[in-house]
Amino acid sequence: MAAELSSTHFELFGLPQTFEVDRELLDSRFRELQRMAHPDRYAHASDQERRISMQQAIRINEGYQTLKDPLRRGRYLLELGGYDFSDEHHTTSDPEFLMEQMELRETIGEVRSGPDPLDRLGVIMDRIAADFDALAIRLRGQLAAGTVNDHDVAADILMKMQFFRKLDEETQELEASLEDELDQKH
Amino acid sequence: MERSEIRGNHKEITMALLQISEPGQSTVPHEHRLAAGIDLGTTNSLIASVRSGVAGTLPDTGGNHLLPSVVRYTTAGPVVVGQTALDAASTDPLNTIASVKRLMGRGIEDVKSLGAHLPYEFVPGASDMPLLHTCHGDISPVEVSADILRVLKTRAEQTLGGELAGVVITVPAYFDDAQRQATRDAGKLAGLPVLRLLNEPTAAAVAYGLDHGSEGIVAIYDLGGGTFDISILRLNRGVFEVMATAGDTALGGDDIDRVVAQWIMQQAGIGDDAGHGQLRHLMQLARAAKEALTELPATPIDVSIDGVDDWSGTLTRAQFDELIGPLVQKTLSPCRRVLRDAGIRTEDLQAVVMVGGSTRVPLVRSRVAGFFGREPLVDIDPDRVVAVGAAIQADILAGNRPDDDMLLLDVIPLSLGLETMGGLAEKIIPRNTTIPTARAQEFTTFKDGQTAMSLHVVQGERELVSDCRSLAQFELRNIPPMVAGAARIRVSFQVDADGLLNVTAEEQVKGIKSSIEVKPSYGLNDREIETMLKDSMAHAQDDMEQRRLREQQVDAERVLEALEAALAEDGDRLLDAEERKVIAAAAAALQLAGKGSDYQAIRQAIEGVEKASSDYVARRMNDNIRKAMAGHRVDEFESP
Repeated sequence: MAAELSSTHFELFGLPQTFEVDRELLDSRFRELQRMAHPDRYAHASDQERRISMQQAIRINEGYQTLKDPLRRGRYLLELGGYDFSDEHHTTSDPEFLMEQMELRETIGEVRSGPDPLDRLGVIMDRIAADFDALAIRLRGQLAAGTVNDHDVAADILMKMQFFRKLDEETQELEASLEDELDQKH
Repeated sequence: MERSEIRGNHKEITMALLQISEPGQSTVPHEHRLAAGIDLGTTNSLIASVRSGVAGTLPDTGGNHLLPSVVRYTTAGPVVVGQTALDAASTDPLNTIASVKRLMGRGIEDVKSLGAHLPYEFVPGASDMPLLHTCHGDISPVEVSADILRVLKTRAEQTLGGELAGVVITVPAYFDDAQRQATRDAGKLAGLPVLRLLNEPTAAAVAYGLDHGSEGIVAIYDLGGGTFDISILRLNRGVFEVMATAGDTALGGDDIDRVVAQWIMQQAGIGDDAGHGQLRHLMQLARAAKEALTELPATPIDVSIDGVDDWSGTLTRAQFDELIGPLVQKTLSPCRRVLRDAGIRTEDLQAVVMVGGSTRVPLVRSRVAGFFGREPLVDIDPDRVVAVGAAIQADILAGNRPDDDMLLLDVIPLSLGLETMGGLAEKIIPRNTTIPTARAQEFTTFKDGQTAMSLHVVQGERELVSDCRSLAQFELRNIPPMVAGAARIRVSFQVDADGLLNVTAEEQVKGIKSSIEVKPSYGLNDREIETMLKDSMAHAQDDMEQRRLREQQVDAERVLEALEAALAEDGDRLLDAEERKVIAAAAAALQLAGKGSDYQAIRQAIEGVEKASSDYVARRMNDNIRKAMAGHRVDEFESP
C-alpha cells in the first residue's frame, strides 16, 4: 500500500533541486498541496481514502519541514547525491572549530552566574546565528559546485551547522528559563 | 425516508472521488447535512451551527446560550445538567460535578495535587483515571462530560430538526494526548458523530479571521475557566496555519475564584476545615465578586453560610489585582515561549485576540496589552467565538461547502517521546510540529538473547521521564534472540489531524513484525466504551442488529457506486487487465453479500474491495497531485 508521491521533495513541490529555495513559492506550494491532500478534505470519504490522504499530508509536511530549513535541506541534497551520513568516518576533522565550540560552551555555562545574564546571552545568540548563516552561505557555494569530491567538504560544513543548531536550541532554553526567573522576582 | 438517506450517502462518496479528479471544483448539488460545533468548556458549554450561511450558537428553550458545565446525579431521578445542577452545587456538593474538564485524562496523582480544592470523593477506577463517587454510583469524568454533550446534542437536534451528521468538539490546544483521547471518548459515549477535535484558539482564529477578513500573523490569548492557551497563527487566503502554541491546562478563572475565596476565608476567619458545601458557596461568592469588579472599583461581600459566622466586607479592584497578579503573570511565560517557538517578535503581529470569559478581567487585559505592546482586541464575544469557529469547521467537514478553500493546519503542543536508559525521555516528535505527522526511530536490545523490550511513551518537554506525562506503556515480545545490539526495533509514532498519537513497534532484522497499538493509561478501551454505550442505549438487541445490517448495506452500496464511477473515469488508464479482474471479483463478492442479511459478511466483503482496490485508489490520488503540480510548471514556463 505504498502511497509513493513524487520521488523527491523537490519534485513534490515543483521546485528545482538546488540549495537555494524561493521561500515564498515553497510556502504557497505547501498550502496548495495540503489543500488537496489534507485529511479534512476527506472527512466523509472511505477509511481507505482517509488513510491515504493522511499518509500524503504527512509526506507533504515532512517535505516542507525539510526544504524550509537550510540544515535539513543541505543534508537532504547530499543524500540525494548519494552521500551516506551513516558512515562513521566523518567526525569533524577541524580541531580549531572544536576548540571554539568548547570555549563558546564555557561562556554560555557562565552566563547565569555573571552580571546582566540576559544581555550577555543575547550577544552570544546573535553570534551563533551569524556563524550559522555564514556556514549556510559557504554550503550554498559548495553545493553549487556540485562535484562528488565536494560532498565531503559540504558534509563537514553541515556538521558544523549542526553544532550551532544545537547551541541555538540550548541558548533558547536558557533564555526562556532566565526570563521566567526574572519574572518571578517581580 | 430510508431511501433518501441512502441516496444522500451516495452523493457524498461520489463527491469525494470526484474531488480527486477535479480538485477545488464544484460538484453535484449536495444535500445539506446537519453539523454542529461544540465548545465543551470548564465552566460553560455551547453548541453552534451554520444556518442559512450564518454561524451562531443555539439557545435552549429558555433563550440561554451558555449551558453551565455542571452535572448533578440523583439516586432515583434523571441526571440534571446545567443551571439547575449549578443551583444545587452548595446544597448537594458531592453529587454535583462542576469543572469536570480539569479531571479529563488526569491520573489520581494529578487530581490529588488539585485535590485539596476539589470538593469530590475520588475512587480508583480500572484505568489510571479516577472515578467520582456519587449516589448514582462511581462515575468517570468521561461519563460526566458525555452527560453534558447529550444535553447539547438534544438541544441542537430539536432546534435544527434532525439528527446531527457530524460535530466538531473543541479542546484546549495545550491538551495532551490523554486529555484529547478522553474528550474523544466522551463524544463517542454521547453517541455523537465526532468528525474532528479542534483546538480552541484555532477555532477562535477561524471565527475572527473570517469575520474580519484578516490576513497576516495573529496571536490568540485564550484564558477560560480552567485552561490557558496562547497560539500564534498565520492567516493566508483561507489557510489557518498554527505556527506555535503554548499554555497551561490547569490555569483559569477557577484559580482566580479560588484565591479570592481564600482571601474571604482569611478575612472572615473561616478555617481550612470548612465543609464541601461551604467551600462551594464561597467559590460562588468569589466568582460574583470577580464579575462585579470587571465594571466597579469595589464590591461588597456578604458571607452568610450555615455553620459559619456571618461576615461582611469590601473587596477593592486594587486588592483584587494584587491577589490575582501572580496568576495573570503566569500566563506571560507561555506568551514569551510561543513567540520564540514561532520565530517572531511582537511587532510582527497583526492583532492579539482575546478569547475566554476570564479575559474580561481588567488586569488580564492590561497585562496582555503591556506584554504585546498593543491593545488586544476584545470586540468579539469571548464566550461564543470558539463554538462559532467549530461550527464553521463542522459545516465544511460535513461537506456542506464543497467550494470552500478553508484549511486548518495545526500542531502538537507538547513533544512526544520514549523513555530511554536512566529514566531519560528521548524526543521523537518535537512540540509545534505540524500535524498529521509521523516519525520513526530505531532502538536495539542491550542483553544477549533478549526477546522482549518494554516501551514507555511520554509527552512533555522535560528531560526526566518522571517529569513528563506518561501516556502508555507496552511490551514488544517475540523478538528473535540475538546478541546484544543486533536486533533493530523500529518504533513509529504517528499523530493524526486530531492530535491523537498511535505508536507501533517492529523488529526489523529477522522481518518479524510485532505491532502493538498503544493502550492508553488514562482512557477507556473500545470494549469499555461499547459496554457503556450498550448500557445507556434503550434499543433492544434486535434493533441493534437491524441497525448494523442497514448501515452495512448502505456502506456496501456507496463503496460499489464510488468504485464504478472511478473505474469509468480512469480505470483503463491506471489499471492493467489483471488488476481490473481482481477488483471486479471483489466487487462481485460484495454485491452478493449486500443482498444477504449477514452484516459481518458484508463488512468483510467491503474490506475485500478496499484491499483489492487500495493500490488503485492511491494511484488516483497521486496522479491527481502530480497533475496539479505538473500544470504549474507548464503555466510558469509559458507565462513571462
